[in-house]
Amino acid sequence: MNSYTAHELHARLKNKEISSVEITEAVFRQIETVEDKIKSYVTLNKELAILAAREADKKINSGENIGPLTGIPIAIKDNMCTKSILTTCSSKILANYLPPYNATAVEKLKEAGAVAVGKTNLDEFAMGSSTENSGFHTTRNPWNTENVPGGSSGGSAAAVSADECILALGSDTGGSIRQPASFCGVVGLKPTYGRVSRYGLVAFASSLDQIGPITKDVTDAAILMNVIAGHDPLDSTSANLPVPDYRKALIDDVKRFRVGLISELMGNGIDEDIKKAVKEAARLFEKLGAIVEEVSLPTFEYAVSTYYIIAPAEASSNLARYDGVKYGHRSKEAPDLLSMYYNTRREGFGPEVKRRIMLGTYALSAGYYDAYYLKALKVRTLIKQDFEKAFKRFDVLISPTAPSAAFKIGEKMSDPLSMYISDIATIPINLAGLPAISIPCGFTNGLPIGLQIIGEAFAEERLLQVAYTYEQNTDWRKRKPSFAKASEGKPKL
Amino acid sequence: MNYETVIGLEIHAQLLTESKMFCSCSTKFGAKPNTNICPICTGQPGVLPVTNKKAIELTIKTALALNCRIENKCVFARKNYFYPDLPKNYQISQYELPLATKGHIDITIEGQKKRIGITRVHLEEDAGKLVHKGAARIMGAGESLVDFNRTGVPLMEIVTEPDIRSPLEAKAFMETIQHLLQFIGVCDAKMEEGSIRCDANLSIRPEGELKFGVKTEVKNMNSFRAVLKALEAEEKRHKEVLSGGGKIIQETRFFDDVAETTIGMRSKEYAHDYRYFPEPDLVPVEPDIRWIEEIKKNIGELPEKKQERFEEELELSSSDAKFLISYPSLADYFENCIKLYPNPKIVANWLMGDFAAYLNANNITIDKIELAPAQFIEMLEAIDKGTISGKTAKTVLVEMLKTGKTVHDIIKEQGLTQISDENELRKIIEEVISINPKQTAEFKAGKDSVIMFFVGQVMKASKGRAKPDAVQKLIREALT
Amino acid sequence: MKIDVDHVARLARLGLSDEEKKLYGEQLSRILEYAETLNKLPTEGIEPTTHSLPMKNIFREDKAIPCKDIESITINSPQEESGMFVVPRIME
Repeated sequence: MNSYTAHELHARLKNKEISSVEITEAVFRQIETVEDKIKSYVTLNKELAILAAREADKKINSGENIGPLTGIPIAIKDNMCTKSILTTCSSKILANYLPPYNATAVEKLKEAGAVAVGKTNLDEFAMGSSTENSGFHTTRNPWNTENVPGGSSGGSAAAVSADECILALGSDTGGSIRQPASFCGVVGLKPTYGRVSRYGLVAFASSLDQIGPITKDVTDAAILMNVIAGHDPLDSTSANLPVPDYRKALIDDVKRFRVGLISELMGNGIDEDIKKAVKEAARLFEKLGAIVEEVSLPTFEYAVSTYYIIAPAEASSNLARYDGVKYGHRSKEAPDLLSMYYNTRREGFGPEVKRRIMLGTYALSAGYYDAYYLKALKVRTLIKQDFEKAFKRFDVLISPTAPSAAFKIGEKMSDPLSMYISDIATIPINLAGLPAISIPCGFTNGLPIGLQIIGEAFAEERLLQVAYTYEQNTDWRKRKPSFAKASEGKPKL
Repeated sequence: MNYETVIGLEIHAQLLTESKMFCSCSTKFGAKPNTNICPICTGQPGVLPVTNKKAIELTIKTALALNCRIENKCVFARKNYFYPDLPKNYQISQYELPLATKGHIDITIEGQKKRIGITRVHLEEDAGKLVHKGAARIMGAGESLVDFNRTGVPLMEIVTEPDIRSPLEAKAFMETIQHLLQFIGVCDAKMEEGSIRCDANLSIRPEGELKFGVKTEVKNMNSFRAVLKALEAEEKRHKEVLSGGGKIIQETRFFDDVAETTIGMRSKEYAHDYRYFPEPDLVPVEPDIRWIEEIKKNIGELPEKKQERFEEELELSSSDAKFLISYPSLADYFENCIKLYPNPKIVANWLMGDFAAYLNANNITIDKIELAPAQFIEMLEAIDKGTISGKTAKTVLVEMLKTGKTVHDIIKEQGLTQISDENELRKIIEEVISINPKQTAEFKAGKDSVIMFFVGQVMKASKGRAKPDAVQKLIREALT
Repeated sequence: MKIDVDHVARLARLGLSDEEKKLYGEQLSRILEYAETLNKLPTEGIEPTTHSLPMKNIFREDKAIPCKDIESITINSPQEESGMFVVPRIME
């Protein structure tokens, strides 16, 4: 039961063929079976989840109209505030933190009747591309447990892939939804900047962060978008635009769509198997009536450098609040204030977080602001302009989501720079504030490959239509990681 | 060697808004610690700021009153530094693009008008309050306690050009700016309560020299008097150091109001690097012409203009006018009175005399009294009609101020109507004469001055109600 | 390029061991050298992008609304006294 999608389960819930409690219990049985090997979660919320499931069942049984997420178990990345439920950002510095409020996206899930399964693992404070930077444990890729699930939303992606939840929320600053989705063979959508409220999303890089869905198929992504998207008066950067019904965009048709294949992301540095899979996807689009051409976005060469100045700069300021004064960890070696600051942050933060705080502090410091931070902001404008030029000729752009499939645990940890460079395909999109989705498009050595589709600002509908069309004309989503089949399989209902 | 003193001031004024700058917590003063707080102003993970519209309006209002240029695009910026009263360890302020620039305000010093330039006016959020345990001040304190009630209160910063040339001018400037801010309803500007604070930059240079000397920053001046004393002390210190052949070290100095000197803070190993950058969680403020015009319309009359008008149109003396504009509610009260009564001088006299005495004795301002202008005017009209004497009116006024009762109620209750009926007066006079044979004889013997004794006795007997001018005349009649 | 790691760590209030300082110093140098490529791109006359969306004038009405659950904030306090957050000796 836990291997179904939300929309499949909703139909059966409505018909009272199954109950939310049954679905939720199935999810928790799966967690008990595989969590040891996968370790997707930081905190499990079983008691409250069953309570919420019972509430949902009550509603269904009383004949009340239910929404598509009512009674559906969802996992939430542990950098989104859940009131009175441990929210750690996978960091020792927040290991004991109980938020006094719900993130807006979480509040919306609650109102929609979703059942919160638990909080998933991430790279500490969302800084990383493998979930190896978690302050607690490394999540494993369900397709091969010696490999990373990707990051920073590795826990959410692995949980969805291993059927340890029906769908999940992730967050994306430089690729943190799309890359793990691609590594774990699931769907991951980063909305346009401002489409989903950031209130309650623990800030990493404020001008780049967005919350988005990680799901088993494109339909579920549309369903989740319908619930979480929208203006929030508590977020000054959230767009005051109406939310369309994203399900209406799920049309199997790309005839006359102009699709641009980004040449900079099909060159050296991208694995051959990945390029092959993406070229096949391009051919499929052509077969279905789209026009596919290569397009060059030359400023992509500068995207990683730009990102790794801007994001750490904002992060260094956003993470200053973790000081042991008001919440979280406080060092026992604190005879005076300065020592308290130094030791609390030394003990509480992991190496990647420290590295980025140092980098960001440096880039903003006196004498370096113009050369680094200001310069990066200007290059960001040029990257945005590159995209604007491309979208004059194309409806959507496509590329691989990542230069490789999931790498081995520990493979990239000794060289932070090589880890950063592997984000080359996803980073430019965040810098421009555009929406993008990653969908499964093949396999290499048993590991999933992701296809990235990029759209114009607030054109999620077009994105979903193209993704849906591809999905409906391929079978990748039907493949499941081997042990997932071992537990429940896809029983007849 | 003659030195010229150069002073620039940085004023922080708490704005009169209901809620904080970036969240909906109350700004009410005096609440129990950590009761006016929320996730946003305590810097919880994941929270975001949203700008208080009224705070922007009040700042624009102030900037207009200071003849500033309102900038087209204003951008909030983060000022990054670590301190326990700053929950996010950055303050949301404004840096490269403030709300307003290039203004001026005139102060009067020793009868002369002087123009002080205003460099900029911008908005930021206030920090919390620290209570230090085990010592009066931070030096030597054991632990400290943090109260976040004040964190996030809207703070307007006004920076002057270094146009001030003496501690006396600085004091005059503070008094003028306080007055202005009170009058336009932007801040109640009470230094002792901390709703307005000021820091100063001071340097000296040889007379005629154009280059500025090394400046020091002076902090912890908590009253106008402190501003004067602190800057006098610092000015003196600068002169002594330079005359003695020494050099001024650029540092921050704390004013010690007991010793009336400034104390140097041990210079830090490293200067603050605030690493300002545009606040990514907030969008720019771009006030349009219509909005600015709307605000301009609602500024009201500035105190300077009001004083001029009182002197010229109402023909009040300069000192009277100055008194009447000492604070906004007093000026309002006066103006409401003269709408109902044709003689401004009489109203002014009452306000400066009996009203002031009552207000001072009870340590309140005029907005706290129950007596509405209309009722006060009723009293003046009662005097004019002769219903009560001027002397009686003084005690009646106090009663009115205390209880809010009308003049007619009090007159009725206490039977204070002025006795002007001659028959009634004669009765009292006859009584008084009959019990004072000695003085009667003296008067009859030619001692005319004794009549004042009788007048006094009649006034006493009538509890002050006898009409004074009639009394003398009738006594004379009765005695002759 | 030589980075004053001590200075940066101080600004960021990060306690680092000598080893860490050396390691981060090297890693930061490498990353910043890589970032030097940005200087190849001419950017005169280009406006910096600080916000993805061209929004302005987003405000809130000035109304005081009390927080409903202050206890849930103070419950996370590492050390409290008389309703206030305690911090150790602030040396100046």
